[in-house]
Amino acid sequence: MKAADRPIQRPAEARLLALDARGELRHLPRHRFVELLRPGDLVIGNDAATLPASLQGTHLRSGRPIEVRLAGRRSLAVDDVHDFSAVVFGEGDHRTRTEDRPAPPPLREGDLLALGTLYATVTGLLGHPRLVGLHFHGTPDGIWAGLARHGKPVQYAHLEQPLKLWDVWTSIAGAPVAFEPPSAGFALDWQGLRALRERGARFATLTHAAGLSSTGDPALDARLPFDEPYFVPAATAAAIEQARAGGGRVVAIGTTVVRALEHAASRHMGCVPPGQGLATQKIGPTTRLQVVDVLLSGTHEPGTSHYELLRAFTDDAALLRADAALEREQYRTHEFGDSVWIEQRIALKTWRRTPQQIAAMA
Amino acid sequence: MSNAAYPSPAPLRVAITGGTSGLGLALAQAWHGRGAHVAFVARHEAAVARVARLLPGSHGIVGDVADKEQIHRIALQVSGRLGGLDVLVNNASSLGTAPLKLLADTDCEALELALATNLLGPFRLTKALLGALSASAREGRGAVVLNISSDAAINPYPGWGAYGASKAALHHLSRIWHEELQAEGVRVLSRDPGDMDTPLHALAVPDADRATLKRPEAAARELIDAIAAALPQGVAR
Repeated sequence: MKAADRPIQRPAEARLLALDARGELRHLPRHRFVELLRPGDLVIGNDAATLPASLQGTHLRSGRPIEVRLAGRRSLAVDDVHDFSAVVFGEGDHRTRTEDRPAPPPLREGDLLALGTLYATVTGLLGHPRLVGLHFHGTPDGIWAGLARHGKPVQYAHLEQPLKLWDVWTSIAGAPVAFEPPSAGFALDWQGLRALRERGARFATLTHAAGLSSTGDPALDARLPFDEPYFVPAATAAAIEQARAGGGRVVAIGTTVVRALEHAASRHMGCVPPGQGLATQKIGPTTRLQVVDVLLSGTHEPGTSHYELLRAFTDDAALLRADAALEREQYRTHEFGDSVWIEQRIALKTWRRTPQQIAAMA
Repeated sequence: MSNAAYPSPAPLRVAITGGTSGLGLALAQAWHGRGAHVAFVARHEAAVARVARLLPGSHGIVGDVADKEQIHRIALQVSGRLGGLDVLVNNASSLGTAPLKLLADTDCEALELALATNLLGPFRLTKALLGALSASAREGRGAVVLNISSDAAINPYPGWGAYGASKAALHHLSRIWHEELQAEGVRVLSRDPGDMDTPLHALAVPDADRATLKRPEAAARELIDAIAAALPQGVAR
């Protein structure tokens, strides 16, 4: 595969590799993904907008330059913007590969960071010298204004030109709670939503605070994804129940949607209730998926947490064949790259409870 | 006394551009008085701070909708502070040139300014907030975009070329968007509030008899009623 190195969300030549429930592969232009839908299917996107979560500044005790990448928050509450977890880098910016970035000065509880017009205090180290808790000073309005004025989207060395917020906001971006874009949603536009409805499918959203995808530090990367808060609207919960009752499939646009729905279902006997949650689990080959039937996602490299999630959908032999096809056909990777469509293998379909069965159990 | 069986509906979440004077301020005050959760946008920090003090609990955002670079920063603060959005009022407007000039005497830059403020700004901000608005519609709260129009959008008043052309374009944009967004549950309204006693009108017609002009508070009430009619029943006004 090759890196997609320009921030174009829907290039005309974007491709899709589809792996169906029998393990068969098919290549198609990505804008035709709607043709893979059936009447009654429910497509669910993550409508989180992306924060400008990269803040350049100074570690005041040492006077040294740093970059802070906001990485987590305990809830999605609008006033809960004082406290974040964050990964700290030393001098430099996205043009240096994260693996090659110098370490920040040693960070201690109580250290003050100047980040544009914002000030933040280190509230503690979170089990790693570069992962810290931060407390921002000021009012919520002041913190939002400071982030808006000074923050930049988190980005990586494969994209040279600085990203703008509009580069990373999906068409459906609403609540600004993601730390990196839920980039599978780049495939969606309003024409596509219209087309999927014309096909008899439905569209719904949830909001999931997608976190950092990489830090460049092996010990930190092994901890990804961090805990991510999410919110499922009542309309979405109802649409899931309707789709399942009618035999439709639940199609997740992106790994974050899978994480949110499966987290909710794991706590509620296979059902997805409306409301907030905090996704803490990792999804991998031993995960029994209870809600999501199909995943539309970017391409992912073996060894990453995203790739592990794909292994919950299909067997390794099928994934290896898909990997070989992506390589052979020179698919483009990373957030602005091509996509895969992965249907859950029939053999892996777990026993699913209907609302009636749950009622019978109660 | 609260009654658990009838929880009060969540407050309406409203964003208004040009919210520190004239019609925008009157809208912000009226909605604030009705318990709505209000964010307003204006260019000047001092005026934003003044109105934020006047309307406790509202959220003042400093920004210029005519500047492409600022649109997403404004949208970020709007949906970040309100936790979503039910109503967007694109009210901030520019005459392009003051005093008004014949079109043949109008600098190209003045027309560009009118288009940037009155057409491109509302287009860009609506687009940046459409995700939040459509989420509100999907959740059954409804979603309305109100673009402030003018009779100069319809009638060819000499001297109003830059302003009139930009408002005519905004009016047509609103009508097309209204058709296209019906499937998403988002209503796009374009309304002429009438000739009001506002700073913008004073710039355009300095010698107008102010007694003959409509009070912005009266226009605000009418517009709020129009928006309420476009929202589902039961959503707080």
